[in-house]
Amino acid sequence: MSSIVILFLVVGLGAIAWAVGRGRASLLQRQSGARSHSLPNYHGWYVALWAALPALLFLLVWNNVTPALVVDRTLAAVPAAEMPATPMERGALIAEARGLATGAIQGAFNPLAETLAPVYREAARFYAIAGTALAAILVFAGAVYGLSRVKPDFRARTRVERVVMLLLLLASLIAIVTTIGIVLSLLFESLRFFSRVSPIEFLFGTTWSPQTAIRADQVGSSGAFGAVPLFWGTIFIGAIIAMFVAIPLGLMSAIYLTQYARPRTRRIMKPLLEILAGVPTVVYGYFAALTVAPLLRDLAVSIGIPNASSESALAAGLVMGVMIIPFVSSMADDSIAAVPQAMRDGSLAMGATQSETIRKVLVPAALPGVVGGVLLAVSRAIGETMIVVMAAGLAANLTANPFASVTTVTTQIVQLLTGDQEFDSAKTLAAFALGLVLFVVTLLLNIVALRIVKKYREAYE
Amino acid sequence: MNSTVTQSGRVPTDWKSSAMQARIRRRYRSERGFRLAGLAAVSLSGLLLAFLLVTMAMNGASGFLRTEIKLPIDFADSALIVDQQALAGPNGMAALAGADIGGITATAADEAFGEGGARLLSDGAWLSVSRALVADPALASGRTEIWLPASTAIDLAAKEKGAPAAEARVAQLKQAGALRTSFNLGFLTGSDATDPTVSGIWGALKGSLLTMFVTMALAFPIGVLAAVYLEEYAPRNGWTDLIEVSINNLAAVPSIIFGLLGLAVFINTFHMPRSAPIVGGLTLALMTLPVIVISGRNAIKAVPPSIRDAALGIGASPVQVVFHHVLPLALPGILTGTIIGMARALGETAPLLMIGMRAFIAAPPDGINSPASVLPVQIFLWSDEVSRGFVEKTSAAIIVLLVFLLSMNAVAIYLRNKFEQRW
Repeated sequence: MSSIVILFLVVGLGAIAWAVGRGRASLLQRQSGARSHSLPNYHGWYVALWAALPALLFLLVWNNVTPALVVDRTLAAVPAAEMPATPMERGALIAEARGLATGAIQGAFNPLAETLAPVYREAARFYAIAGTALAAILVFAGAVYGLSRVKPDFRARTRVERVVMLLLLLASLIAIVTTIGIVLSLLFESLRFFSRVSPIEFLFGTTWSPQTAIRADQVGSSGAFGAVPLFWGTIFIGAIIAMFVAIPLGLMSAIYLTQYARPRTRRIMKPLLEILAGVPTVVYGYFAALTVAPLLRDLAVSIGIPNASSESALAAGLVMGVMIIPFVSSMADDSIAAVPQAMRDGSLAMGATQSETIRKVLVPAALPGVVGGVLLAVSRAIGETMIVVMAAGLAANLTANPFASVTTVTTQIVQLLTGDQEFDSAKTLAAFALGLVLFVVTLLLNIVALRIVKKYREAYE
Repeated sequence: MNSTVTQSGRVPTDWKSSAMQARIRRRYRSERGFRLAGLAAVSLSGLLLAFLLVTMAMNGASGFLRTEIKLPIDFADSALIVDQQALAGPNGMAALAGADIGGITATAADEAFGEGGARLLSDGAWLSVSRALVADPALASGRTEIWLPASTAIDLAAKEKGAPAAEARVAQLKQAGALRTSFNLGFLTGSDATDPTVSGIWGALKGSLLTMFVTMALAFPIGVLAAVYLEEYAPRNGWTDLIEVSINNLAAVPSIIFGLLGLAVFINTFHMPRSAPIVGGLTLALMTLPVIVISGRNAIKAVPPSIRDAALGIGASPVQVVFHHVLPLALPGILTGTIIGMARALGETAPLLMIGMRAFIAAPPDGINSPASVLPVQIFLWSDEVSRGFVEKTSAAIIVLLVFLLSMNAVAIYLRNKFEQRW
């Protein structure tokens, strides 16, 4: 029986326990005639929780422990003389025996596995039956205990609500667990990387060529991990080119839609602009690579720029800027709306035209909010992956020529981790170090941006 | 008092003077210019969106069509050795396994269209022949005509994007009445293939749906419960602050970092299967969770306190107040946020690349544990293909993805408008 079936059985038995507990509670209530503390429903839930929860917890533990026990038992059947020496060989043997036992493979390479397969099957069946039996006992014991507590004056609701509160608390702790998981996994792998490559070289070196040599005399595999060209490429595309598109377009759109447009236009155009943010990044990447990049290359060639690459920084940056427009626009929208009406009215009453009011009063007053929004947009742009993977290049150039090819942190993470290589080579570990840098930088940008926005909001409240 | 004294000595401004008029004209001109600049920014953004969508639609529309060639095959004359009984039975495809359908098709094509005729047909054309035979076993004993998918070169030429040589061939076939263009049902029902003429998106779409199922099953309940706890019960202390800070930060972490987390934790530590919807779903659930928690908290916050007070006043317990009254009222808002978060997860590619979802998978996944591809990753993989036939397939897959995303967003907007309450 698979564990899914057992899971459903336990839940089903829990439902039956609920019905029994509920029925018993309402029966007792009718017999005694006194008002009970909790509604019959809660007694039902109390019994169901006692029936299902211990069994589910037991199954969780059991399913994680038994595979190792099955392996131990199988290995115990191996004659000492034929026992493979290294853990790796033992693992291979067990994997073959498991494959034979479950029918996943037809014949084994190792003859020993053939003899082990029945042992493995036997052990697996033993533990499966034992687990099911114990779970069944737990379900019934729990249900009986729960039922024995069902009395009119029993405070079932309080108990059930305590479990609910525990569940709520656990759910909210997932966020912390995720954050800790991110930090730990990035830190752990990065430390392993920095034990091979010094952090100074990584952060300040200017050559990036992660191909490590397999043989000592190999050509072109320097294994240099200087990430400065990557950082520059990321900033160049995400914080410079993309912002050249996104800030003017986003800011002017927000100004026009909040200050000039008729309500009808605003109602139509605002969701339309938001579609730009909803388009998946892989679509933008395809658009950049297939449509924008060739256009830009032809343009560069026609105006006489030598060695224009078809994977230019400009193509990736422009398209990323388009993606960021609604982001900048909605942040600017919010901050302009937060400027007190009195400031606007005052300026208009002095005879300033609307555009003078906007340029000299509204925008300066909203500036901190706009800057915060731009910082958030930058943090989103430098973490963006698919556009640069598809449209920017792989060559780690340290250049300010927008028609040349540059590479970014995210492109390199994808590149380093999607090839075929063993997991703990310096090359794959470098991806985690890059990830750590990306995580820290976006985090700092966000903290600074939110602080600016918050401070500015307080100033007008 | 002071101001009148200082102004008294000055000549009053002559508002009608030509200098003043010029100044006002200049100011009004700049006003118009600024307004136009704003309009231009909005229009340009709109045009860029339109350009993007139109490009995809134009490239992709032909991806839903395929060119077919009418091929006469004489099975009686050919080397087809097949048991008619078995063919008619439930396992018809298996009965054909031994027969050289590919060879028969190629021979028939060479006969019908001259030397090189087999190259007019798609590499997967023999599959259509097999299916036709299974559908109607009587065909195997006689002569028949079957419409088969054309090769990429012919397909592109028929859509007027091909090479001159192929176009000449197309004109020739058209005159013979052996060429037609029909809706490519195989694109919606097939899986990834090396030949663009027989590749489809159902495999990737099913992978996406399974992944979304896992994401939804995890992120929605956990997100809602966390939102309820933080908004209704959490005591104001350091722990709660820590939870809030980490949720807000997670919402801003780049998606690729979640991919690294999934790779390090689910694949390398827990040894879960690579490229499976369960791992993809788990990773995307972690990514979607903060979105759901934040929107859930806003929706719960919008329920007026009078509702809580009234419920408490007639004797409901704090848990009953929330689960019987607050949560049902906040549900439309929570659902809107959830749909938007799910739409984001559906279009997400980078974290799934990290957990190995970039393999060539030629069959739809059987369950959440079997290797699968998802729609955005399929688009990414096809965009890398050399064969020119994949260009229109990529755009067609993008159209399918966009239709899904836009309809999800439309549902979210509809829900918001229909159930939005002003208290």
